[in-house]
Amino acid sequence: MLIADSKRNMQAFLKTGKLGKDAPSSSSAEPGTSQPVVPKLTPWVEKYRPRTVEEVVEQSEIISVLKQVLSGGDLPHFLFYGPPGTGKTTTILAAARQLFGDIYRDRILELNASDDRGIQVIRDKVKTFSQLTAAANKPDGTPCPPYKIVILDEADSMTHAAQSALRRIMEKETRTTRFCLICNYISCIIPPIASRCAKFRFKPIKSEKIEERLEEIAKNENVSCGKDTIKVLVETCGGDLRRAITCLQSCSRLKGSESVVMEDVLEVTGIVPPQWVEKFITVCKNCDHKELEIFVDDLIQEAYSAFQVLEQLHEKIIESDFTDDQKAIICEKIAIASGRLQDGASEYLQLMDLGCCMINVLSKK
Amino acid sequence: MTLWVDKYRPNSLLKLDYHKSQATQLKNLVQQGDFPHLLFYGPSGAGKKTRIMALLRELYGSGVERLRMEHMNFTTPSNKKIEVMTVASNYHIEVNPSDAGIYDRIVVMELIKNAAATHQLDSSGQRDFKVILLTEVDRLSKDAQHALRRTMEKYVATCRLILCANSTSQVIPAIRSRCLSIRVSAPTKPEITSILFNICRKEGLQLPEDLADRIADKCDRNLRRAILMCEACKVKQYPFTSNQPIVEPDWLTFIQDTARSILSEQSPKKLLEVRAKLYEMLVHGIPTDLIFKFLLRDLAKSCDMTIKTEVTELAAKYEHQVHKGSKDIFHLEAFVARFMSVYLKFMEESVRGMI
Repeated sequence: MLIADSKRNMQAFLKTGKLGKDAPSSSSAEPGTSQPVVPKLTPWVEKYRPRTVEEVVEQSEIISVLKQVLSGGDLPHFLFYGPPGTGKTTTILAAARQLFGDIYRDRILELNASDDRGIQVIRDKVKTFSQLTAAANKPDGTPCPPYKIVILDEADSMTHAAQSALRRIMEKETRTTRFCLICNYISCIIPPIASRCAKFRFKPIKSEKIEERLEEIAKNENVSCGKDTIKVLVETCGGDLRRAITCLQSCSRLKGSESVVMEDVLEVTGIVPPQWVEKFITVCKNCDHKELEIFVDDLIQEAYSAFQVLEQLHEKIIESDFTDDQKAIICEKIAIASGRLQDGASEYLQLMDLGCCMINVLSKK
Repeated sequence: MTLWVDKYRPNSLLKLDYHKSQATQLKNLVQQGDFPHLLFYGPSGAGKKTRIMALLRELYGSGVERLRMEHMNFTTPSNKKIEVMTVASNYHIEVNPSDAGIYDRIVVMELIKNAAATHQLDSSGQRDFKVILLTEVDRLSKDAQHALRRTMEKYVATCRLILCANSTSQVIPAIRSRCLSIRVSAPTKPEITSILFNICRKEGLQLPEDLADRIADKCDRNLRRAILMCEACKVKQYPFTSNQPIVEPDWLTFIQDTARSILSEQSPKKLLEVRAKLYEMLVHGIPTDLIFKFLLRDLAKSCDMTIKTEVTELAAKYEHQVHKGSKDIFHLEAFVARFMSVYLKFMEESVRGMI
């Protein structure tokens, strides 16, 4: 018992860098982990996070591997990659919960991009944690796997130096520790690390599945929300379930007890209403500089984000019936403008520039 | 004696003149126990700050209006001392982190840590969190924004952030996704005129409709500017007449003047004169992007359609370069020089065409 206690202390120390049992454990700051008393305050993303591996939707390959692990197989090092909101973190957390049961908090070290993750942290925190030996059974005597899991979330934002420092640790401590790296882009992970892990790609979740999930949550939370509203939500989130759920919660927060309608969804996600984008194209077709000036001014005054306008315009241009040459020129300009916006250029001037370019291209015919 | 802008600023969510449905939504938000981080965005003069203050009042009662100014000192790792002015009440603290220049990251982190370290002792009648209001977040460096994203999650138990920005393009997606964004669009012209009428009625003044319309036209849908213009008109001449001149902001007339002199003659000598004018504007602290915007507007007005697009492209290009370089004047001057050459070439060609 004492050992377990001191281990927990060590854990708290590792996590917060403070000694003492009741140093404000970082878990209280993490939403959703420590407030079962006031369920109202938990973000729905946390509340409806799958607790078991079986509940995770879509990702069939990884699920079947994990099921084998759960029924007694050995766990390799994992590398999960894929777009945000597809269940990477959820999967590994659920697996850990099932593997270790109640003591799973002691057996995992979770570091994400918001923690400092320079080479120093890898050398100190991760190394010390991975060198600890884990017992082969729980405090109450039931068996459990004799290793710990280090989860490095958002690993693509780790520096290359830090990743290299990880190489040897990963091999040396395989007896006691498994690593699970999670990232969006596998190209940001250095090859030596990637070759040490079993790689799994997480696919964007299909719209029907997202729809199902959203409807279920809406029913549980007593949010009145029409079928078409959910459709819009699903469309705007592009396969990112987390974003969809967060949007739904934001909408319901804003509306109180009233029902959520399509306009709210557009407002919360910051999507520019499609008629504005269409009008942009029509204005450019009219080839009138003055009209364009007025339109762009209006667009800025309505506070729509120029970035979002560019993104939606791009989609519209691709679908439109312009010739390939026209499309190519316009898309190049969109790319230039969005790059400049990222550098902090003025929205008005960039949109004007794009508009003028479109006028030029479309009037040539 | 206060300005009308301050005197008639609505101080509760229910008294707001426009975006009423948004106001009720904000009220809903306050009434629920939970309160997310918020990101208000919209053009200047649209009423972001007014809404934020009304929201705070709704949250904490009239105590938020007892404001005090504080100077806070921060020390950078390189031992440089920076001083930032904050405006605070017992419940919230307001900072403009871009005052600290490149050290904004330290200001943001220290400030939030300070505020979040203190718990509310008596949480019975009060909210158990403080509000930190950061203005002009779009001017924050990327570094500071990344630091913010970490601190936002860490201290969510004791403080909430309200961010205020002009546009979301410069706010990193990681922050946008952590906040509930609230768009505050500029008031429309009829809304502005009706507000002007209201104010004048309360002041006991007669405002002719034509004048109100003209003010609404001139103010670029910026309510603050509209009210200031209206007050300036009153100081200049009362009773109002419908065709009395409206005082435009000095900088605007100055830019128009500059544009005129660029169009009048295109020569190195003129360029030198224009340069002096540009310098003067920069010295008076007029933002470069505004200079570009209005110069372009005035110059394009008197250009032929064929070179309009070229000029716009040039303006966009040079304005972008400003952000990469360090001296604004070079790029402004380069734009003027290029414009002159393009304009001159076009004029010569059209003259030749006529012969």
